[in-house]
Amino acid sequence: MKIPDMRYIITGIVVFLVVMTFPFWYNIGKAASAPQVSLDTPRIREMAEPQCVEPASYMRANHMRLLEEWRDRVVRGGERTYVAGDGKEYLMSLQNTCLDCHSNYDEFCALCHDYAGVAPDCWTCHLEFPRESK
Amino acid sequence: MGVAFSLAVVGVLILAITLAVEVLGLRFLVGAVLPYVAVAVFLGGMVYRLLGWGRSPVPFRIPTTGGQQRSLPWIKPSSLDNPSSTAGVIGRMALEILLFRSLFRNTKAELHGGPHLAYHWEKWLWLGALVFHWSMLLVVIRHLRFFTDPVPSFVYWVEGIDGFLRVGLRALYLTDITLLLGVTYLLLRRFFIPQVRYISLPGDYVPLFLLLGIGLSGVLMRYFVGVDVAAVKELALGVLTFRPRIPEGIGVLFYIHWGLVCALLAYFPFSKLVHMGGIFLTPTRNLPNDSRARRHVNPWNYPVKVHTYEEYEEEFREKMKLAGIPVEKE
Ligand code: HEC
Ligand code: HEC
Ligand code: HEC
Ligand code: HEM
Repeated sequence: MKIPDMRYIITGIVVFLVVMTFPFWYNIGKAASAPQVSLDTPRIREMAEPQCVEPASYMRANHMRLLEEWRDRVVRGGERTYVAGDGKEYLMSLQNTCLDCHSNYDEFCALCHDYAGVAPDCWTCHLEFPRESK
Repeated sequence: MGVAFSLAVVGVLILAITLAVEVLGLRFLVGAVLPYVAVAVFLGGMVYRLLGWGRSPVPFRIPTTGGQQRSLPWIKPSSLDNPSSTAGVIGRMALEILLFRSLFRNTKAELHGGPHLAYHWEKWLWLGALVFHWSMLLVVIRHLRFFTDPVPSFVYWVEGIDGFLRVGLRALYLTDITLLLGVTYLLLRRFFIPQVRYISLPGDYVPLFLLLGIGLSGVLMRYFVGVDVAAVKELALGVLTFRPRIPEGIGVLFYIHWGLVCALLAYFPFSKLVHMGGIFLTPTRNLPNDSRARRHVNPWNYPVKVHTYEEYEEEFREKMKLAGIPVEKE
C-alpha cells in the first residue's frame, strides 16, 4: 500500500522530535553544575565564623523575600534595624548591608543570577555595581 | 463519580511522590529516573501515535468545511475555510492551531418553548481554551531558564514582557494567573454545564486536575514557599546532560511539581492530550478540498478485471448475428 503523504508525516515527526529534545541537545557538553559563588570579600574574610544574615540554606531560596521584607519595613514602616533569627542586628539596606559583605557583585549575585536566568532591575535606582558580564 | 475518581488519581500521585521523597528517601528515583522514563514514553508514544495515524488511509478529501468550495470563476470561493490549494491549507491549519478557528464557530443550541430551536453565540469555550493554551506555551518557554545554560535571550524577553506587573519587588507573571484561570474555567465548565458534565469522563478530568496541580505547585513555589532555584536547575541540567545528581536542599513541593509533570508527559500519548499531534493529521483540516478539480484514486484499489463491450462483441459476434442481435461492427 502506498502512502503518498508519509514523507510529510515523517518530516513532521522529525521536527517534533528536534523541538521537543531542544534542552537535551542545547546542553551537550555543558558542565551543568551550579556556579561556585565566591565568598572571598574583605568583610567576610574579617569574620571569625562567616555567616549570612540568616542561614545560607534559607538565603539561597528566600533572599528575595528577605529583601522584599526589608524594603517594605524601611520604606513603608520607617524601621531600619533587622533582628535576625540568631539575635544579631543588621541595618536593613541592600547596598550598605548585603553588598557590604558581598561586595564582589559580579562573582556572587550576578554569577548565580545569570545561571538561574534572573535579571533583577534593582540597579536602575540603587547604586550600580561593576558588571563585566553584561 | 468521574470527578471523585480523577481527584483520587491525582491525590494518590501527590501522596506517592511525597511518600517517596520524604519518608522513603527515593529522591534519585523521583528526580532522576522518573524523568527519563516519562520523556521516553512521551516521545516514543507520540511517534507511535503519529505513525499510526499516518498509516491510516485517507482515500478521499473530506469536505466538511464551512465555506464555498472553489467552482466556477464567478462564484467567490472561501479560500481559507474551504481551501483548494496547499497555501490555503497552510493558512487554515495556521488559523486552527494558533487561533482555534473552528472552536470560534462554536454555538449553543437550545430549545425554546417547544419546537423552536435557537443557536446562541458562544465564545467562552474558545476564549478559555485560547487563554489556557497560550499561557501554557509562554510558561513553558519561560521555564527554559531551568533547562538551558546559558539562558537564550528570548527567554529574558518573554520574562520581561510577561512579568511587567510587580508583586512586592518581584515580577508577577501574567501567564501564571491566566493559566490558572484558564484551567479553572475549563474545569468549572465540566462541573456546571449539565450536557458537558454528562459526557465528561475521568479522561477529561485527569488532565485538568494534573495541570491544576502543576500550576498550583509552581505558583506556591514562586510566590509563597520559596525554592532554591539554582539547585533545581542543577538537578534539571544533570538530567539533561545524562549526569543526573540530586543537589541538597530542594523541598518536597518541587518534587511534587516535577513528578506531576512527569506523570503528565507519560500520560500524554495515551490521553486526549495527543490532540497536540493529532491536530496536524486531521483530514478535515489538512486536505485541500479539490475533489471536483482533481481525480483522487483510492490508493488501495486493486486492478479490477473488466470485460469491455468491444471484447464481448468480438467473442460472440457470430452467435449474435445468428440470433439476430444487432452488432456494432460487421
Ligand atoms: C555579615 C556579612 C553578610 C551579610 C550582611 C550578608 N551576607 Fe550573604 N552570606 C554571607 C556569608 C559569609 C555567606 C556564606 C554562608 C555559608 O555558606 O554558610 C553568605 C551566603 C549568602 C547566600 C547563599 C550563597 C550560596 O550559594 O551559598 C546568599 C544568596 C546571600 N548570602 C545573599 C545575601 C543577601 C541578599 C544579603 C542582604 C540581605 C546578604 N547576603 C547579607 C555574608 C553576608
Ligand atoms: C545561590 C544563587 C544566588 C545568589 C548567590 C544570589 N541570588 Fe538573588 N536570586 C537567585 C535566584 C535563583 C533568584 C530567582 C528565584 C526565582 O525565580 O524564584 C533570585 C532572585 C533575586 C531577586 C528577585 C528578582 C526577581 O526578579 O525575581 C533579587 C532582588 C535578588 N535575587 C538579589 C540578590 C542579591 C542582591 C544578591 C547578592 C547579594 C543575590 N541575589 C545573590 C539566586 C541567587
Ligand atoms: C524605582 C527605583 C527603585 C528600584 C527599581 C528599586 N528600588 Fe529599592 N529603594 C528605592 C528607594 C527610593 C528606596 C528608599 C531608600 C531609603 O530611604 O534609604 C529604596 C529602598 C530599598 C531598601 C531598603 C533601604 C536600603 O538602603 O536598601 C531595600 C532593601 C530595597 N530598596 C531593595 C530593592 C531591591 C531588592 C530592588 C530590586 C528588586 C529594588 N529595591 C529596586 C528605589 C528603588
Ligand atoms: C508542564 C510543564 C510545566 C508547567 C505547566 C509548569 C508550570 C509552572 C508555573 C505556572 C509556575 C509558577 C511560576 C512561573 O510561571 O515561573 C511554575 C514554577 C516553577 N516550576 Fe514549573 N511547570 C512545568 C514544568 C516544570 C519542570 C519540568 C520543572 C523542572 C525544572 C519546573 C520547575 C519549576 C520551578 C523551580 C518553579 C518555581 C520558579 C520560581 O520560584 O521562580 N517546572 N511552574
